[in-house]
Amino acid sequence: MLQSFIQNIFNALQWGSFYSLIALGYCLVYGVLLLINFAHGDIFMVGAYIAFYVCMLFLGKLGIIPGMPGWLVLALAVPLTMMLTAVVGVTLERVAYRPLRRKGVNRLYVVITALMCGLILEHANLALLGASRRSFPTLIPTTVYNIAGVNITNIKMGVILVAILAFFFLRFVVVKTKIGMAMRAISYDRFAVPLMGIPADSVIVFTFVLGSGFAGLAGLLFAITYPVLDPYMGALIGWKAFIAAVVGGIGSIRGAFAGGFLLGFVEIMVVAFFPSTLRDLIAFTILLLILSVKPTGLFGVARRTKI
Amino acid sequence: MALLEVKDMTQYFGGLCAVTDFGVTFEGGELMGLIGPNGAGKTTVFNLISGFYQPSRGDIIFKGTNTRGLKPHRVTGLGIARTFQNIRLWFDMSVLDNILVSQYYHLGYSLWDCFLRTKRYLGREAQMRAWGMEILEALDLAQFAHELPGNLPYGIQRRVEIARALSIKPDLLMLDEPAAGLNSSDVEGLIKLIAWIHKEFKLSIWMIEHQMDVVMSLCTWIKVIDFGATIAEGTPKEIRENPVVIKAYLGDDAI
Amino acid sequence: MKQYTIPALLALLLAVLVFVSMTGAMNVYWQSVLMFMGINIILSSSLNIINGNMGEFSCGHAGFMAVGAYVSSVLSVLLFADGSVFGQALLPPHLAVFLFPFVLVAGGVAAALVGLLVAVPSFRTRGDYLAIITIAAAYIVKSTIENINAIGGARGFMGMSKVTAAMNTTAELPWMIIWVFLGTVFSVWLIRRFIFSTLGNGVNAVCQDEIAAEIMSVNTNQVKMTAFMVSCGLAGIAGALFAHVLGYVNPGSFTILKSTEVMVMVYLGGMGSLSGAVLSAILITLLMEALRPLQIIKWIVIPLLLVLLMQFRPEGIMGNRELADIFPGLKKFYRLKG
Repeated sequence: MLQSFIQNIFNALQWGSFYSLIALGYCLVYGVLLLINFAHGDIFMVGAYIAFYVCMLFLGKLGIIPGMPGWLVLALAVPLTMMLTAVVGVTLERVAYRPLRRKGVNRLYVVITALMCGLILEHANLALLGASRRSFPTLIPTTVYNIAGVNITNIKMGVILVAILAFFFLRFVVVKTKIGMAMRAISYDRFAVPLMGIPADSVIVFTFVLGSGFAGLAGLLFAITYPVLDPYMGALIGWKAFIAAVVGGIGSIRGAFAGGFLLGFVEIMVVAFFPSTLRDLIAFTILLLILSVKPTGLFGVARRTKI
Repeated sequence: MALLEVKDMTQYFGGLCAVTDFGVTFEGGELMGLIGPNGAGKTTVFNLISGFYQPSRGDIIFKGTNTRGLKPHRVTGLGIARTFQNIRLWFDMSVLDNILVSQYYHLGYSLWDCFLRTKRYLGREAQMRAWGMEILEALDLAQFAHELPGNLPYGIQRRVEIARALSIKPDLLMLDEPAAGLNSSDVEGLIKLIAWIHKEFKLSIWMIEHQMDVVMSLCTWIKVIDFGATIAEGTPKEIRENPVVIKAYLGDDAI
Repeated sequence: MKQYTIPALLALLLAVLVFVSMTGAMNVYWQSVLMFMGINIILSSSLNIINGNMGEFSCGHAGFMAVGAYVSSVLSVLLFADGSVFGQALLPPHLAVFLFPFVLVAGGVAAALVGLLVAVPSFRTRGDYLAIITIAAAYIVKSTIENINAIGGARGFMGMSKVTAAMNTTAELPWMIIWVFLGTVFSVWLIRRFIFSTLGNGVNAVCQDEIAAEIMSVNTNQVKMTAFMVSCGLAGIAGALFAHVLGYVNPGSFTILKSTEVMVMVYLGGMGSLSGAVLSAILITLLMEALRPLQIIKWIVIPLLLVLLMQFRPEGIMGNRELADIFPGLKKFYRLKG
């Protein structure tokens, strides 16, 4: 009984790690631009596909170069996926969001653009690569450790560890570095920041690099854990991750992280007791209920309007 | 029964105490001023009384009703209207529409009346329209009725905001820095307007202002607050000569 | 007399449509395109209340359409269709014509009630937050339908063509064309009455400055609730008509893609412009038909269209003006206020 409970805890931690990594990306962009990057979930999907092609290339499966051992491929795939996904994210920012920011338009237009870009990414994928799902290759054989009757795989441990490291890394960047301070400054007053000699555009690009990079990492890890890819995989996870970030308290790294894990726990517990087709439904409902009661989220701070 | 009775009103924003133990009584018909340095809490007092904030402590009793827990639109419906420090007109609606929407609390018809264009709907719309035009004419704004506020000069916009507040038929009119941003001839016009409104509509007027000529010439009673606390109150002459007020706000070369 | 021009023209249009359908002068494909046009007009003008007049960002309109579609379909099949999953019809077929409007309204009322799911959160949140709440609400609706096996779940629900057949026992007329036409005219008429009144102007006030509205005696919560219920209710009626035109309905029709279609119509037409919403609904319906052979590419073109719109002409075709503002001569044909 206790064993299955602890088993579920580890499953929840792993499942929540994905949500947290994605939620962190939303949080960074929202914290800086006050924009929900609706395309973020699809950037996660793009990251997974990039990881797929990178791994296939280095494993020699594309026939272009000879194959390398699995662990080396993984070591190469992590930075490559993150960098390439960051490129996608930054391109999106430059092409779609920056022109609107320049014009100083209503924030609503940027949100709409973000939502549409997400749809374009999904369907461009569908159009270019076809509807058949891709199967992610195995890089490292799964080793199952049995500790006191609880089964934990090396992959599970890896994912959870990466998520925790990511949290500390991002928190360090935002709180302790100069550029992190610049990011926080932009969220308070976007117009004063360039007047103080800080290149706002560079800071924003950096934010997207971080956010998209970690979404790419999440995509790689997700693909390793659940090796089936399809173009729509990002959308739902993206929305849920965002709501989780909001529940945790948007604009706060701690909040996004906590929200992601909270959602992971909720979903695993739900599946333990209800049929799995109800999982998303119940998850969304619980999140909406929390939001209705506390719109600023569990760790969030309300910004007061002065009149 | 007093028109407005405020007792021990205190407001905390987190750890900061913005307003401390504020009290005031209006019997009806006063023209009172509220002055003090920037950040003293004057607009916060107005926000508390109009229902935008709920006071951390204290009571606000308007016409015998305790306004604690009431949403701002209900407080306004009871008879308190206000203008804002920064003009908050609805800039994409005509001046007349700005006035009509402010009648919302006393609309007098339901959604069904609206769909079916019943006699009650047509009657009320006509009545509200006529009343709106009457107010605009009284404040010499009738020619702007169908104009968008954004196209009007700043001084006229301020008058439209006052007209909007008046159209609610308030018993207490709160003006938040009505002279802000006006040039000297507009200010003279404003003083005459407020005096006229006070006489014509027989209501209480409470004014936050920084321009001392406006305050001293119009108000019969002035309260001074600093750092959220009332530091003095009295007639204009008393306030002018009060050393505490001079030190905190007026400065040594006050009129 | 000039005030009766528009009703007369509409009656004439209906007569033409009925005639053309019955004589076979227009083939069935184009008839269905016209019906979808009408349904899109209802969807577009109803979403315009929330996304246009009230300036919110509701991305879940398809969810309310789904509620209306399913509630009305289940009801009409229960009452008028023989041999469906519910067995025999409860009422004789010749009553179908007279009771169908009530079935439509039932779908609308159900959708309006579900609209409270997003109306209540809207009291305290705005903008992007509300957007994600609407997405979640629409997803919850779709997911709930997929989990109710009694009405077919993910496989869908059918039987509505039997209901149309039942209506034909009273008179052999193209009933769905008539109902879609009447539904469209009703919706636009209702929305006009709502928006062009001081009550409806409250919606604009909440959009432009919610705090000022609240302090100037507008009950902003009530305004939001009314706007959402009217908007969602009409979406429900559109969904009901949609289901009966197709004769079959499944949850897969009501995804974020459908909501996106409707949003494109609203923003293309111009936020807050009722005539804009109607015009763009007509244009987009035709565009979708033109793009049909391209399949997946269609779903890149439509979002791309909206992205380009946001970049280069965010005010859409009409901005926030109406046809009568551009062609003042039209004003004599209808009263604008009252």
